[in-house]
Amino acid sequence: MSVQRERWGSRVGLVLAMAGNAVGLGNFLRFPAQAVENGGGAFIIPYLVSFVLMGIPLLWVEWAIGRHGGKYGYHSAPGMLDVMGKSRLWKYVGVFGIFTNLTVAAYYCYLESWTLAYVWHSLIGSFEGKTAEEVSNFFHHYVDTVDGSFFNFPHEALFFFLVTLGLNVWILSRGLSKGIEIAAKIGMPLLILFAFFLAIRALTLEAGELGAVNDAIIGLNFLWEPQFDSLTNPKVWLAAAGQIFFTLSLGMGSIHCYAAYVRERDDIALNAASAGWTNEFVEVLLGGSIVIPIAVGYLGLDWVIGNVGLAMGFQTMPTLFQNWGPFFAALAGLAWFGLLFFAGITSSLAMGQPVIAFFQDHFKFDRTKSARVFGVTCLILSLWCIFFYGYGAFAEFDYWSGTFALVAFALFESIVFAWVFGIDKGWEEINRGADIKIPHFFKYVIKYVTPVFLVAIFVGSFVSPLHGDWTGAFQSLLSGNGWPLDPGSIIGKVFHLGFDDTRWFIDGNPTRIFIIDATRILLLGTFLAIAWLIRIAWKRKEQVPA
Amino acid sequence: MSTSALVTMLFAWTIIAFFTIRFFLKVLKTPQEKE
Repeated sequence: MSVQRERWGSRVGLVLAMAGNAVGLGNFLRFPAQAVENGGGAFIIPYLVSFVLMGIPLLWVEWAIGRHGGKYGYHSAPGMLDVMGKSRLWKYVGVFGIFTNLTVAAYYCYLESWTLAYVWHSLIGSFEGKTAEEVSNFFHHYVDTVDGSFFNFPHEALFFFLVTLGLNVWILSRGLSKGIEIAAKIGMPLLILFAFFLAIRALTLEAGELGAVNDAIIGLNFLWEPQFDSLTNPKVWLAAAGQIFFTLSLGMGSIHCYAAYVRERDDIALNAASAGWTNEFVEVLLGGSIVIPIAVGYLGLDWVIGNVGLAMGFQTMPTLFQNWGPFFAALAGLAWFGLLFFAGITSSLAMGQPVIAFFQDHFKFDRTKSARVFGVTCLILSLWCIFFYGYGAFAEFDYWSGTFALVAFALFESIVFAWVFGIDKGWEEINRGADIKIPHFFKYVIKYVTPVFLVAIFVGSFVSPLHGDWTGAFQSLLSGNGWPLDPGSIIGKVFHLGFDDTRWFIDGNPTRIFIIDATRILLLGTFLAIAWLIRIAWKRKEQVPA
Repeated sequence: MSTSALVTMLFAWTIIAFFTIRFFLKVLKTPQEKE
């Protein structure tokens, strides 16, 4: 097939785009929540170990698969995996590389649009004088879940969502160097600047100042107080490894896609390491120094432990900023939601590009047409998340696309790379043109340790015990009382554990279970539709005379 | 802030900042294209 010649404009642009892909809302919202839920300082050591033993090796693997595929003119996962092994089935593993990006983008763009809306409301003073409860209610009004109705039709949220999706499609249609790269070069420095401003403000907050009741440093102390006994707790290890996964955008197919536009002899080892460490800088140094210290400063440690989560970013932070006076509240709102927006858009662009590349490579669409196809498909899937947000559609997308599919794809790709393509060829691929010398022991880490890590996460997610209590679960199993499954485990999710009533309709009205199952059917249908498109693409290719 | 928390934090921050800056400077200094 003809080899596409689109390339990155500059090396810095590539690294910033890759770092922007990794740096997302999770760096500022998920990481602090995971750290708090897993015992603060208890979390950090497994987190850093997972970064070195799984995160960095998988980054090199994904960059190598991408650049290798790009050599053959493939810029999305199906083609990349097809040229790595002889089996005709490998390209179907690549379905994950399209499916995950498309379906995660569907709900992620909605989430991203909230940040844009909150920037606007911070600037016009919508949160001024509001109590914590009123700010929290503002969010429920915004997503139209106040009356608990089956169907949500949030006018304003829809407007901001359409603006966000339109912006994504427009940037994507401009191309790699004129679109994505420019967005990364603007977004990443601004994001870091905003984050520094908030982190400095947070860490210097003292009890009695601007209405704070605690020193913010108490929050930092909780986050960093080491608890070595936690190293034997599988729950903490699973959470830490999972966070590394999500924060680096591993197992999505977006890293592969960006790397496919790198020349065959150009470095990937240094670029991957630089993008990965930049993400850690933003997550640990900046992400860990904003939400928790500020929230602890105003609400206390116990409140934060009991309420930590994604919602804190939207429902709590605007209230706390009000203590800083109208001008600084607006400035802090702009900085906080602005940085979340830049973190979000640099990630959602990376989700769009593999889908666009798939249509360009296999169906010969031009970039604008591909971007529009991505936009329309994303819109259809997003509307489902928006209209049935209150009944769990958004959460189902997040679980199956944003969690399960990532781990499944990473497990497959690590096996294909190390065991099918072969670790010797793989190691050579990673090191070709390298501007740093990668320690040789990583070859064995990639071959043995990373797949074992991934199998452990995958199996652990299937059977995670109730409340993550592995010791109690094994004791229960050995004493003949069976394995107490958590409703959040994969098996628990499939069988609707935790629901007393699993009927689709009660008195003619659709239930939450109905929306959950309908969402799963929609996701499965999307997955199968992509597999079907791959089949068509390869049939076409076989029909074209060599 | 307790000494152990401070030491852990500074240790992690130093390692992360060191590698981030080191690799990024190398990216800036080294041309990508190899002929």
